[in-house]
Amino acid sequence: MDGDRAGAVGNGVLGSRVLRVEDQRLLTVGGTYVDDLDIPELAGAARVTFVRSPVAHAMVTGVDASAARGEPGVIAVLTGEDAPPAEDKPMAEPLLATDRVRFVGEPVAMVITDGRYQGEDAAELVSVDYEPLPAVASLDKALADETLLFPAAGTNVIAAAGAEDSTGDALFEGCDVVVGATIMNQRLAPVPLEVRGAAAAWADGRLTVWASTQNSQIARFQVAGTLGLPPDAVRIITPDVGGGFGAKIGADRDQIAVGWAAKHLGRPLRWSETRSENLVAMTHGRSQRQDIRIGGTSDGRILAYRMDFVQDSGAYIRGDYLPGLTRLMASGSYLIPKVECSYKFVVTSTTPIAAYRGAGRPEATAAVERAVDLFAARIGMDPAEVRRLNLVPPDRFPYTSPTGATYDTGDYVAALDKVLAAAGYSELRAEQAARRERGDRVQLGLGLSTYVEITAGDGGGESGRIDIHEDGTATVFTGSSAHGQGHDTSWSMLVQAELGIPMKDVTVIHGDTDAIPTGTGTFGSRSLQLGGAAVHKAAGEVKEQARTLAATLAGANEEDMEFDPRTGIWRVHGASGTELEWGKIAGAAGPDGLTADVMFTADSPTFPFGAHLAVVEVDTETGKATLVRHVTVDDAGTLVNPMIAEGQRHGGIAQGAAQALLEEVVYDADGNPLTGTLADYAIITATELPSFELLDSQTPTGINPLGVKGIGEAGTIGSTPAVQNAVIDAVAHLGVRHIDMPTTPQRVWAAITDAAKEGAR
Amino acid sequence: MKVELTVNGEQVAADVEDRMLLVHYLRDVAGLTATNVGCDTTSCGACTVLLDGESVKSCTLLAAQAGGSSVTTVEGLAAADGTLHPVQQAFREQHGLQCGFCTPGMVMAIVSLLRENPNPTEEQVRSGLEGNLCRCTGYHNIVKAALAVGCLSGEESTAAAASGSAE
Amino acid sequence: MIPAQFSYRRAASAGEAIDLAAEYGEDAKFLAGGHSLLPLMKLRLALPEVVIDIGRLRDLSYITDGGDHIAVGALTRHHDLEHSELLARELPLLAHAAGQVGDPQIRHRGTIGGSLAHGDPASDLPAVVLALDATLIARGPGGEREIPSGEFFDSLFETALRPGDLLTEIRIPKPAARGWSFQKFTKRAMDWAIVGVAVQGNAVGLVNMGETPLRASAAERALASGAGPAEAAALAADGTHPPADINASREYREHLARVLAGRALQEAAARA
Repeated sequence: MDGDRAGAVGNGVLGSRVLRVEDQRLLTVGGTYVDDLDIPELAGAARVTFVRSPVAHAMVTGVDASAARGEPGVIAVLTGEDAPPAEDKPMAEPLLATDRVRFVGEPVAMVITDGRYQGEDAAELVSVDYEPLPAVASLDKALADETLLFPAAGTNVIAAAGAEDSTGDALFEGCDVVVGATIMNQRLAPVPLEVRGAAAAWADGRLTVWASTQNSQIARFQVAGTLGLPPDAVRIITPDVGGGFGAKIGADRDQIAVGWAAKHLGRPLRWSETRSENLVAMTHGRSQRQDIRIGGTSDGRILAYRMDFVQDSGAYIRGDYLPGLTRLMASGSYLIPKVECSYKFVVTSTTPIAAYRGAGRPEATAAVERAVDLFAARIGMDPAEVRRLNLVPPDRFPYTSPTGATYDTGDYVAALDKVLAAAGYSELRAEQAARRERGDRVQLGLGLSTYVEITAGDGGGESGRIDIHEDGTATVFTGSSAHGQGHDTSWSMLVQAELGIPMKDVTVIHGDTDAIPTGTGTFGSRSLQLGGAAVHKAAGEVKEQARTLAATLAGANEEDMEFDPRTGIWRVHGASGTELEWGKIAGAAGPDGLTADVMFTADSPTFPFGAHLAVVEVDTETGKATLVRHVTVDDAGTLVNPMIAEGQRHGGIAQGAAQALLEEVVYDADGNPLTGTLADYAIITATELPSFELLDSQTPTGINPLGVKGIGEAGTIGSTPAVQNAVIDAVAHLGVRHIDMPTTPQRVWAAITDAAKEGAR
Repeated sequence: MKVELTVNGEQVAADVEDRMLLVHYLRDVAGLTATNVGCDTTSCGACTVLLDGESVKSCTLLAAQAGGSSVTTVEGLAAADGTLHPVQQAFREQHGLQCGFCTPGMVMAIVSLLRENPNPTEEQVRSGLEGNLCRCTGYHNIVKAALAVGCLSGEESTAAAASGSAE
Repeated sequence: MIPAQFSYRRAASAGEAIDLAAEYGEDAKFLAGGHSLLPLMKLRLALPEVVIDIGRLRDLSYITDGGDHIAVGALTRHHDLEHSELLARELPLLAHAAGQVGDPQIRHRGTIGGSLAHGDPASDLPAVVLALDATLIARGPGGEREIPSGEFFDSLFETALRPGDLLTEIRIPKPAARGWSFQKFTKRAMDWAIVGVAVQGNAVGLVNMGETPLRASAAERALASGAGPAEAAALAADGTHPPADINASREYREHLARVLAGRALQEAAARA
């Protein structure tokens, strides 16, 4: 049964492994993703196929759609001439390119056809004249400012911060040891299994857009703004979404174009990209080059840390929040007296970069974790010991880092110790030593990370509304927007816990801006601590109203009314036979019914934390690294549904390990993507992963009434550095001190070979 | 051209372009949209269905190639009275799905895997799923679900796996 | 994602298939399992005007004991090769390698004939049939002919099959030397081999070390003159021209060829 759990109703359901209410439907008839929609509003909808630039940087000197327009089934071909122009601001991004393209995959035209298959045929017939310009396909090319992507801006540098505060070498005064490196946090493709898609219909002066998005309310403002419509004239409906990972925040450029085209043509439209398009035209993630420098005493105290980085923005600015987040979390979970961090944010002729699971924080964590390992290696101390010595101690919370982040609660040393104990760290080190002694072909590597991350860092709130119906059931309207996180289950659990209404009688609605005009949506691991807290707050207000109504119904004083959340029953204290059910109370409410509609805001973000230990085996002849064990603590405060929390950790660990081991978006010097299909872009499979060992740790926060922090990105943030450090550790005895991610077999082999050459000198 | 096949026990027939892919036939002609398209290089497995009882990637078959054959999609797995197939049940119990997009293909791949190897080891499950990508779950609970079904006695699980077929 | 338009014809017999191919000439391609051809068509890298479906020719799917050889029908699926008891006994190299092709779904559809006719040096089975000294039987308008595997692979995606030829059988002599090994090196299990080595006795086939599958001739000569596995493996990359791509440089592929050949020869020796 949905919401199954022994002895379910009422209090006690929180913290239980309640099975998901979403699953019955998803497993039997499948989700209804945007390409599945079969609704009257989209009857007779035409199909959209984009024509995209095959070159990274060029002037567009002509678009000839005559051949395409003549084909059967072609309704229209729309170009940049037809579409609304870009905003009048620096580095603005148009819907359809007009005079210039800046990345392979940039949309240049839209072909509208009766059928999907015809769309691909007709798109091939659109002839675009490009005059190639030099590509700006690397960070160095961008910084050189020889070829400008936006001549009017005068530079490829969007923004810079922190350099003016640098104290130079003085930062490392008093350090016995200083060690540094230039490392790469490589560009990744989010690859949600469901590609981008949208459908749109213009009718009766309103534009409805069905969008695969994580934020319908934000999308509404984006669509309305771009099309010059009042927000009331736009409705966003979010069907099931097959994964987002940050890349489906708000409305994507191409989704807005579909909405525009539907209005422009007065014809309902549907669009679903191919995976090859997705790999070049959905935003990418990460892509930071980092100069790290760390100094301390020879007995393991870290005294100073500097991180200077260049953040790649891709061709346009879609992730302007990213470098600031990296800077904010630069010092990680350590108590480091002096920390400096600066960055430059540049455009390149590549796919734009935006949020991707972690959005700025994995980059910070990976850098400081690498730095700590480099420092440990230099002073010859075990990296676990160095971490223990330098982690923010438990009595220091709330702790404000040198870069201005105030961590709410945490016990970082306990997390580390828990992982080390569960993994059998000393036995693993002994095994490693034995293999090194024997000169085994397959060596063991152990990699650690201790991390803290910021969730709900956007500072916004979340909406929540509960309606209690006269039949005793309830409907929750949430501004949160699940795309796999199981909010329907967790929000129903909260209602059952607070109001005693069984989960099976709770319906959760999200994603429709007509039903929920105000809200923020799901990203930055914010939903439970804001959206869930809003449900909790709305439940509290419903109870307040109910108390008054119940008192009236019972002919008693309000203070004599008592409520049992286990059964959902109101009664007069000490008086049997006065029981009142929710339905009865709802029936007594005024014309608006029994309802509470709230916004929940928190005073600050929360800071989940944890420790990961990765165990890898490296075949030192081929360089191939295999992850054999992965042990974690990911502490996100109180757990509402531990099963769902574990699932988030699993998925995060897999994506993080994939960054360390396999994935990378690669461009050639001309800005051509070399990893443009799933055959080339190495997303990780079940065969490359072990089952994970997850440990329980719940350190509540006082920031919200539920005591919860965000878990969605923590696994990713923690796992990447642990796996990277493990691979390097496996071959450290051969003289290797660093290997950039992904630690592919060729990279590991090259590192071993280079170290051998250096050793031989 | 006319393409006729049996899908989940029902006869479907339609006049379609010669180049129509089986996955689009299932989604757009037969109206069974649980089977999803996740890539264009036969990599992701979201489109996995059973063709005459064996898992195939329906994006890499022409509907015409399947003409006259029997196809089973996830919509055809549960019993007529709504009882979930053991693999569906295991996915639910083990939290083997999050966004659900890879799930129909993943379930069908496991149904086929268990038919051929009713009691697999974890390693066999993991390599058996090399052609099915998931971005949400990290595969941990998917593997648990497959192993949970495999733990049924050999006889039980074979019967259970067979009961979902619409051959 | 969608192939360009074409006409579909289904052949009811090998003879009909050949007749149809003769009728349509260069505009037509045979479609067996479709897992080499259809992916190319979906990316519009292959644009046949006519597709002749031979996938239902069950009489071309067989694995039979011919006394001194094993006869494998060209339309035998990788799955059936992988699970064949006869092959497990007589040609475990072929059975094992077939089980490494793609993933289970692909193995339910892909055929040995389709894979060989595709002529991709990065595929697993071409190097295997080389190492097994197989003979490929093709039938065309002019009748039947036998093509030694060493003469079958011309260059990248080009084989000795003429337009209209239908590959019908792969005839494999039962090997005198029973030791075998297949070493396929990938980043992920479902990838094409970065480099692969197939060994049967003293025969060494190489996957993805050139424009065609190759024999590691220098290594084989060394083995024939009594060299041990390590010594012979050191010569595994001689005479090869491996590609350089995002997975591996030329140099790294040469290194892998040597390492994998060493492992394959050791394993084969242990199985001999």
